[in-house]
Amino acid sequence: MAYNMKEIVAERPSRFTSGHRMCAGCGAPPVARMILRALKPEDHAVIANATGCMEVSSFIYPYTSWTDSYIHTAFECTAATLSGVETAYHSMKKQGKLPEDNHTKFIAFGGDGGTYDIGIQSLSGAMERGHDLTYVCYDNGAYMNTGIQRSSATPRFADTTTSPAGSVIPGKMQSRKDLTEIMEAHHLPYVAQTIAYMNFKDLYEKAEKAIYTEGPTFLNVLSPCPRGWGYPTEDLMQINKLAVETCYWPLYEVENGKYKVNYKPAKKLPIEEFLKPQKRFKHMFKPGNEWMIKEFQEEVDKRWQALLDLEEMSNKAE
Amino acid sequence: MKREQYTNSFSNIERAKIVDKNEQKGCVPNCAKKGEDTMSIRERLSGNEAAATAMKQINPDVVAAFPITPSTEIPQYFSTFVDNGMVDTEFIAVESEHSAMSACIGAEAAGARAMTATSANGLSLMWEMVYIASGMRLPIVMSLVNRAVSGPLNIHNDHSDAMGVRDSGWIMLFSETNQEAYDNLLMAHRIAENEKVQLPLMVCQDGFITSHSIENIELLEDEKVKEFVGEYHPKHYLLNAKEPMAMGPMDLQAFLFEHKYQQAEAMKNAKQVILDVAKDFEKMTGRSYGLFEEYKLEDADIAIVCMNSTAGTTKDVVDALREQGIKAGLLKVRVFRPFPAEEIAKALSHVKAVAVLDKADSLNGAGGALFTDVTSGMQTNNVTVPTASYIYGIGGRDTTSKEIESVFKDLMKDSKKDKIENPYRYLGLRKE
Repeated sequence: MAYNMKEIVAERPSRFTSGHRMCAGCGAPPVARMILRALKPEDHAVIANATGCMEVSSFIYPYTSWTDSYIHTAFECTAATLSGVETAYHSMKKQGKLPEDNHTKFIAFGGDGGTYDIGIQSLSGAMERGHDLTYVCYDNGAYMNTGIQRSSATPRFADTTTSPAGSVIPGKMQSRKDLTEIMEAHHLPYVAQTIAYMNFKDLYEKAEKAIYTEGPTFLNVLSPCPRGWGYPTEDLMQINKLAVETCYWPLYEVENGKYKVNYKPAKKLPIEEFLKPQKRFKHMFKPGNEWMIKEFQEEVDKRWQALLDLEEMSNKAE
Repeated sequence: MKREQYTNSFSNIERAKIVDKNEQKGCVPNCAKKGEDTMSIRERLSGNEAAATAMKQINPDVVAAFPITPSTEIPQYFSTFVDNGMVDTEFIAVESEHSAMSACIGAEAAGARAMTATSANGLSLMWEMVYIASGMRLPIVMSLVNRAVSGPLNIHNDHSDAMGVRDSGWIMLFSETNQEAYDNLLMAHRIAENEKVQLPLMVCQDGFITSHSIENIELLEDEKVKEFVGEYHPKHYLLNAKEPMAMGPMDLQAFLFEHKYQQAEAMKNAKQVILDVAKDFEKMTGRSYGLFEEYKLEDADIAIVCMNSTAGTTKDVVDALREQGIKAGLLKVRVFRPFPAEEIAKALSHVKAVAVLDKADSLNGAGGALFTDVTSGMQTNNVTVPTASYIYGIGGRDTTSKEIESVFKDLMKDSKKDKIENPYRYLGLRKE
């Protein structure tokens, strides 16, 4: 369908309601809201949520922000939990234990802690088994719920509470894991990387494609955290924009092995534009630390070029 | 992409073509008449085969399991049932036991009947989810084939796996024989799913000792099992599109305490439900089950309390001692959770000395877990009997009738004293 944000918002009431307790300026709630809007209004959904900010702020007994069925079990097993729900659906449907008109979709939400790190085993297992579900990682680049500890999604040099920018070790010394590529290595029918930018068009369209593609699908959504990243709450959308325009977070999708880079900035902004507004990178701008920015830029350039190469190669193959 | 690529789904026609392997081999079970309206089927099965057969007859909606010795055969047999269209179940070949229990939780919360099987480190890895299953009040049923928990690594039988989850809010039934492992599983869903209970349940049996030993067993016909177990109709479930629900909240100071209290009440309720279900089961099979079994205990002077297969050895020793005029008896615990403290205390009140055999050490420096429960139950119910703790059979060490006899001999000496000396004892250690 053609994307018209005004129409979609008017026609599809939010399935993730207000009243939750997530921080002002947090990137995750708009992501959850928009992804759920991609559901057909007549479809039922079961949402599984990993322990993390989103879970502890949206379902505090006896209140919930979720209008669909929702299950939270633990931190590292959201994909496994949802794979059980999805299997139950197919088993019960097959046996006539659910009404014919019951159409249920399955969506998991996990942060980068629950997805890149502690939950990667159960995610990989569920994806390999081929359950018909969509796993959404809202990646805020650290364990924010427990107070900003480094994760394998944390970018190099970032200052976190377990990789503090010290006088000897200037922040996290390792590069970020590329989970989107790891998911693509599972040969899933649909894998995409997106963000809430440009009227949510990219996010919405990818969510719709992921939810309504049969089989296991994966969305990696960069979701800034004002506390962990250190930006003013009102700048959320600006940060999202800079992540894309600097090619730090490329928007792309892989459909049955074919890469498509959905947005190529006409003029790629230097990485400083993305780093500078964030306190976690503040130490990189001290005199003498120019090498850090240089190396960061090189890493971004290398990954961007590799992605463009993949796009070219995977489309040439036919 | 088609779903068929991902899961095992057979059309009815394909199913009809598949011939039951047993029939192919010509081992059609013998039918023998028992009671008036009961047809029982005599078979020779290992404990794992018995558990898998019970699961086949229960025909749950979902089974999620990961292989681990000595319970591996259960998911193996069950996969054969699934892939040959003998059950309606969808089998999830998960990548770990943690995911096995997570998937069972998801499936049961969705509104399905979910089962699993595991042992030892498998249960240890599930531990977090074991608590979550009971906290979410999901009547999942597990077949636990008891084995020593690492480390060091050992694949043989003791009860350290079960003892590690004794406070997890699961109903725990122990089985002396293959027959009991089968019967306990058939009763499991009626107990767990009862609306006054709604708790997960595990059926324990001894790894290798019963899981891999072939015994004669009486099976029920599929139809009888289906009728006895009944269908599962949860009141609230995730897949009910007419009533979306949220499960697994952040549950803070305002409510968690009350929710835990409700779990405790459910566990207390389970005791009567277990007895009621056993009564119905007896009507159908003629086989009687209680909270525990008393073997020549009524007039006993000295008694052993134990669980699972060791009870069989002990019965033999009791018989032999009785022939010598020694009044020995046995109390075999079947229902370990909920713990029948009052009933056990009452049953032991007349004896002069008791030995509680634990096939796992609590490593608390004071005795095994069953010993602690039995003695605290006696104390609370004003029963004062000298009682000793015996740790035995760790890591699959054989426990002989001679050793059991030595325990009774110890008790004969203990019964003559007011106070028991050295109540924390080890049975069957190497002498050098």
